[in-house]
Amino acid sequence: MSSYPWAAGFIDDGDRPQIVTSRFSFDDGYTLERYHATGGYEGLKAALRRTPAEVHEEVKNATVLGRGGAGFPAGTKWGLMPPGKFPRYLVVNGDESEPGTYKDRLLMERDPHQLIEGCLIAAYAAGLSQVFLYIRGEMPLAHERVGAALNEAYAAGYIGRNILGTKFSVDIVLHWGAGAYVVGEETALIESLEGKRGEPRLKPPFFPAAIGLYGQPTIVNNVETLSNLPWIAVNGAAAYTAIGTATSPGTRMVAVSGHVNRPGVYEIVNGTTTFRDLFYGDEFCQGIRNGNELKAFVPGGGSAPWFTPDQLDLPFEGRLVGAAGSMLGSGAIMVMDHTTDIPKAALTLTHFYAAESCGQCTPCREGGTWLERVLQRVVDGRGSKVDLDQLLEIGESICPGNFPHAASSKLGIEATPFPYKMTTICFVGPSAYAPVHSALTLFREEFEAKIVERKHIPVTVGAPDDHH
Amino acid sequence: MSRLNEANTLLAKEIIGRYPKARSATIPLLHLSQQQNGYVTNEAIAHVAELVGATPAEVMGTATFYEMFKFQPVGKYLVNICGTMSCQLLGADELMHHAEHTLGVKAGGTTADGMFTLEHAECQAACTEAPNLQVNYRHCHRMTTESFDQLIDDLRAGRLDGDIPPHGTLAQVRQTIPADKAAGVASPDEPVAPEWMPEAAS
Repeated sequence: MSSYPWAAGFIDDGDRPQIVTSRFSFDDGYTLERYHATGGYEGLKAALRRTPAEVHEEVKNATVLGRGGAGFPAGTKWGLMPPGKFPRYLVVNGDESEPGTYKDRLLMERDPHQLIEGCLIAAYAAGLSQVFLYIRGEMPLAHERVGAALNEAYAAGYIGRNILGTKFSVDIVLHWGAGAYVVGEETALIESLEGKRGEPRLKPPFFPAAIGLYGQPTIVNNVETLSNLPWIAVNGAAAYTAIGTATSPGTRMVAVSGHVNRPGVYEIVNGTTTFRDLFYGDEFCQGIRNGNELKAFVPGGGSAPWFTPDQLDLPFEGRLVGAAGSMLGSGAIMVMDHTTDIPKAALTLTHFYAAESCGQCTPCREGGTWLERVLQRVVDGRGSKVDLDQLLEIGESICPGNFPHAASSKLGIEATPFPYKMTTICFVGPSAYAPVHSALTLFREEFEAKIVERKHIPVTVGAPDDHH
Repeated sequence: MSRLNEANTLLAKEIIGRYPKARSATIPLLHLSQQQNGYVTNEAIAHVAELVGATPAEVMGTATFYEMFKFQPVGKYLVNICGTMSCQLLGADELMHHAEHTLGVKAGGTTADGMFTLEHAECQAACTEAPNLQVNYRHCHRMTTESFDQLIDDLRAGRLDGDIPPHGTLAQVRQTIPADKAAGVASPDEPVAPEWMPEAAS
């Protein structure tokens, strides 16, 4: 067993392939010296020996699914930029803040050179003239580690003008966030990087690959996505796709938190590892705490509809999880045992999204707050029966039609697959509703139990004195 | 005084020089002003606006969007207790209750000696180590009431001064781009293909 105090939460028990966490076992994995000693910057050198188009093709063939939430393949994303339009930019999304998500911070703190090398490979392959590495403000250690690594890499000639004596020249600029969840959305991230309020842009027309930073073609990639590239540049796409499944190759970092015996961050084989493996496996979480019963779990970050033990045997595969009514999102799994107060847990998440609404879209700005207030009333024991229907009605105004949910053998209901329709520009509004909808659909009796029937009190009309 | 001082103004200009458009430096410069003064003052807003070529209202509009910017003095240590899902499932409410009792202030308040400001916070990306808090955004994992009291003692006694700088100082290491190595900014107004791409030859 090795749980390193300098990588709190990361656990590498078992004999699993390590693509992005291979240096987490070193207490100096963030230094250039250690990076060099462990094959660092060999991927960049291998890439520079080939043409940009060849490197792009390799990444496309590897099918590196985006690890930020949407799961869109990186190589395909790069190919969406209009040909011949320059300059193009790379914006690195290090604004990790989806509830339950804990991986990008570790990658930045523990192996910043791997991320930098990934940025360089992406910039070379896709013809990106400048890189902006946007790190969430509330991660000063990540700033320090990435900042120091950038300084080392400039000094060693890996970044800047004529990298390693080639025609390849690019700057990487470390950029600071300042605390706003919605900025993790790619168009909001670009707005923020332009010095503005982090309000998402409407897509279409503002797909970043076409119209991004300063109106130019821009690739926004997640930290974990880019951290995969050095390994692929050295070992090739075929070695990468040999791990995992055809539709979900490689590995993924997941954070399992909540009521398990051994919560942790694990690098797992993509596409085949099941939720049962994760929660009960010896090399993973080793069961639910105190031998308790599993009640529900959130499979892909706070925005994801919930699962129950019925879905335990689903593998970590995007399409299957989508068909089952949820999403894998950012690899954040939160586990609730049978002691959990479900309405209160839903309230915690709804509060988060209501508070983080940027305020642009009325259904999210007002609806999120209404959801929170009504739910708070129910949790506090001041709710009435109409409140439960009202929650669903408010949700309908954010997400019209059938909202995705899991099947339940206990309730005899089928799944409604992902995704949802929405009346908002981005997913923050629907995310406020997701926990409410899941909890009400799967555990309605717990809400009803909180509703106290009150006697009807007749209103008396008369002089103010009558009330005394 | 609460405009950026001479050294920070020089640093601000260096930071602005890394971006194709000066306004992109707004958030880093606001952080710099907060590092200098402990919070973001009106004079600093006006100064940042001058530097990035925006109006003070535009800079204020940006600043107020982000939770980390404070517009009045806060304690030397900002104690943010996470209350999101995993922390809430593992005792965040009890931790906050204990913190309010120990510090003698409600969430949102500052202790009379100006040492601590206590706040409710949202997910801190450490969910497997719940319950969490941050002191000036430095993580403290798996907190208990005992470890909370110990932390406050250590902070009061100055035992963590090397690890946790006063509120406003974000990172103690800064990026510096050496002028002789810099590739230079890629301005959107100069539509040239990068030198290493085949398009550059034509």
